[in-house]
Amino acid sequence: MTGINLVESPLDPANAVCREVVPAGEPWLKELRKGQTLRILDLEGNQAVDTLFYSLERPTVERYSAIDTLQAQGNVYLTTGTKLMSNEGNVMLTITADTCGRHDTLGGACAAESNQVRYGLEKKSMHSCRDSFLRALSESDYGLGKRDLASNINFFMNVPLTPEGGLTFEDGISDAGKYVEMRVEMDVLVLVSNCPQLNNPCNAYNPTPVEMLIWDPAKG
Amino acid sequence: MSDPDTLPETTVHHDRVPGGRYWSMVIRRGFTLRLVDREGKANVSMLLYSPQNLLERYNMADTLKGQHTSRLTRGNMLYSDMGRVMLSIVEDTAGWHDTIGGTTRDADIVRKYGEHRYQQYRNDFYRSGRELFLIELAKWGLGKRDLVSNLNFFSKVYAGADGVLHFDPENSRPGDHVDLRAEMDTLVVLNTAPHPMDPAPVYDPGPVELSIYHTPPVAADDYCVNFRTENARAFANTVIHHCQG
Repeated sequence: MTGINLVESPLDPANAVCREVVPAGEPWLKELRKGQTLRILDLEGNQAVDTLFYSLERPTVERYSAIDTLQAQGNVYLTTGTKLMSNEGNVMLTITADTCGRHDTLGGACAAESNQVRYGLEKKSMHSCRDSFLRALSESDYGLGKRDLASNINFFMNVPLTPEGGLTFEDGISDAGKYVEMRVEMDVLVLVSNCPQLNNPCNAYNPTPVEMLIWDPAKG
Repeated sequence: MSDPDTLPETTVHHDRVPGGRYWSMVIRRGFTLRLVDREGKANVSMLLYSPQNLLERYNMADTLKGQHTSRLTRGNMLYSDMGRVMLSIVEDTAGWHDTIGGTTRDADIVRKYGEHRYQQYRNDFYRSGRELFLIELAKWGLGKRDLVSNLNFFSKVYAGADGVLHFDPENSRPGDHVDLRAEMDTLVVLNTAPHPMDPAPVYDPGPVELSIYHTPPVAADDYCVNFRTENARAFANTVIHHCQG
């Protein structure tokens, strides 16, 4: 793996079995079956889509692991070909198409408390991804909570590392109409927060909607 | 910086953890935990929790993005996921500590080093970082759900421009030490299993020496608090945490 790997998808949105728009600042929780394909479409550009996966069979035991994913591919960025690994060492999903080219899994999710640290103590009352995650989990019936919020993926977010150990949040490299697509390798629950962050240049200070598309295996 | 061979006068406890073993203890606010890599080949994997609310724990992402770094060294603070500082790196002679490399699982150890089970090797058997974390976490009522992205003291992992991850086997030298000052009571769970990217062909993780010593109250001109404005704000949040004593 050497970073950006641009690959377009042959799948036709007209054949998708699910198309749902997630407005900025809202969560999205969905069950995905093995063999299905999930596309996340950046409708207006430079949006950050904070994403977690849980095993549908054992949601409190097996979940997406950023560190196992980095270890498995020996690379810090996610793109086409990346296998999204679980904490149990299993492949949960594989990225099969990517027209953006780089996605982050080190930057984490924004929270009321970390917004205070990063941007100012008076920022605590601003909406955040962790609030969306917790709201969605608390309303759902999977037995998941804050304990299950591990390191997430930030689709479309550009967080370059330097060999000297720098870590920066750069302007996004995504654009309107760019997408990332992944094949589901085990039954999973996907939890998304369409990031409401107003303090970060990653999204040009303007959170926008994204669209989620799902295809069944036989209907490409 | 003080000489790691000379224990601070206020030392209240001293211990040695062999390679491939675990340790945990609550480090109280006002005390500092010193780790010494006596042989220059230690990797100390660590997770942090608040003993008052175990749901509050070390957060890799918040620590890195708050300080715009993937390299932890003197001046950096280790943030919880609640916008507070758990530990501050007040001294460091190694210069780089990792928090993106993760830990080893049993299969990694067998693949890299071969199988060395207890039946045959007794207490020289090989143990993985994940195994050691899970055993020690279980003693505090914690488990797999709590096994989040960990720290690896004395280890250096960096990314090239293409994102490829590299491990620097020369990062830590014999006698290097790092001092971690507790800014709030912090449950420290650590183990000395090899780093997952360590290229050494044999299983021979180094020991770590531990000292806990009493430290004076944090001064207004403290190096870590003033290292970045984010640190000052995280520390201010921590002060609120202590407002009732």
